[in-house]
Amino acid sequence: MSFEITIERRLGAADIRLDLAASSGLTALLGPSGAGKTSVLNMVAGLLRPDRGRIVVGGEVLFDSAAGIDLPVQQRRAGYVFQDGRLFPHLRVRDNLLFGWELASPADRWLDLDQVAALLGIAHLLDRWPRTLSGGEAQRVAIGRALLGAPRFLLMDEPLSSLDAPRRAEIMALIERLRDELGLPILYVSHDRGEVDRLAAQVAVLGAP
Amino acid sequence: MILTADELAVVGLSLKVSAVAIGATLPVAFALAWVLARRVFPGRVLLDALVHLPLVLPPVVTGWLLLLAFGANGSVGRWAADWLGLHFMFRWTGAALASAVMALPLMVRAMRLSIEAVDPRLEQAAMTLGASRLRTFTAITLPLAMPGVLAGMVLGFARSLGEFGATITFVSNIPGETRTLPLAIYGALQVPGGEAQVTRLGVIAVALSLAALLASEWLVRGREGRGHVL
Repeated sequence: MSFEITIERRLGAADIRLDLAASSGLTALLGPSGAGKTSVLNMVAGLLRPDRGRIVVGGEVLFDSAAGIDLPVQQRRAGYVFQDGRLFPHLRVRDNLLFGWELASPADRWLDLDQVAALLGIAHLLDRWPRTLSGGEAQRVAIGRALLGAPRFLLMDEPLSSLDAPRRAEIMALIERLRDELGLPILYVSHDRGEVDRLAAQVAVLGAP
Repeated sequence: MILTADELAVVGLSLKVSAVAIGATLPVAFALAWVLARRVFPGRVLLDALVHLPLVLPPVVTGWLLLLAFGANGSVGRWAADWLGLHFMFRWTGAALASAVMALPLMVRAMRLSIEAVDPRLEQAAMTLGASRLRTFTAITLPLAMPGVLAGMVLGFARSLGEFGATITFVSNIPGETRTLPLAIYGALQVPGGEAQVTRLGVIAVALSLAALLASEWLVRGREGRGHVL
């Protein structure tokens, strides 16, 4: 099992509930905006605490309210690709990419900078500042930064939403490669049915609030 | 424009008093700015008001309060003397203390604005990549807030150079010890024929203050071409 997620969380007026058991590959989380998709990713990443429930990824328990387990965000080793990129504006692309890599213990690292730069086609961007990147370039760097943090799984929050059509196709092809070549469990949030049909092995739907 | 030895001593003393005041206040101001920007706690509004108090209080009242706290019978002054070996009354250190208190609100304001401008979502991103809270602070928050921190220091320094009321009330006007630039200008104005000296010191004061304001504006604007302190 890649993701076993049973969570409840009240957030303002919204009630977020999810019951999901995914075998492997890419699992999509589909739902209208405001349904709490990003909140689910934040709970899996450890940035938001569920009121109740259990989160298991790749056999490791990250959160279990009944057993009193709540692994800190730093120890969950989530490769989180945010919707808005969130590159560190004061660091060059190279230092953005290496931020998590340098913090990971050497035994956990399974990719290095050259491999990621080649995989994502960003070797020529390493000395640039984030503000000089196009949307597609920034999203590739964000994916690279997540991969270099030695993650055990990836969380992707609408990684295509800020891109124009040609960039979307390019990043979507890239995500397919990550899915097929790296064998990492991926939890992928989207509100686009077509995108999800193409990428996902399983789909979970989060209801409207 | 040639300054006399006395006038040079005044300028030197002013720079020393201001530099020590700002250097010593920096950690306090940054901690206050961070707490006010990022923490919600009971009494936050009161703390905010207390920090800003020297900005609106008549400086002579601030000086008087410092006298009460650090004077001959002041408990804080006695504690500082006994435990830290610091004496403030009629010393240049007292002038630095008065300057520090008066500069604090400006420093906290500039730093707080820059800390508030740091996107907490960047800090979250750093934590998902394995950064501890401390590491997140030193690698993300502090560098991103740095222009505001530097601007706050320069602004505080400029404010400190101009400090008059609290200083003269608290530590008097002693040549070579507490007679800073504004006090010397005030003194020269009281003496017949002191206009030339007033002019020379006044020009220095204008030049130093203007340079500090421009420097702080440049520091904040520098990186991103947005944000300002003036």
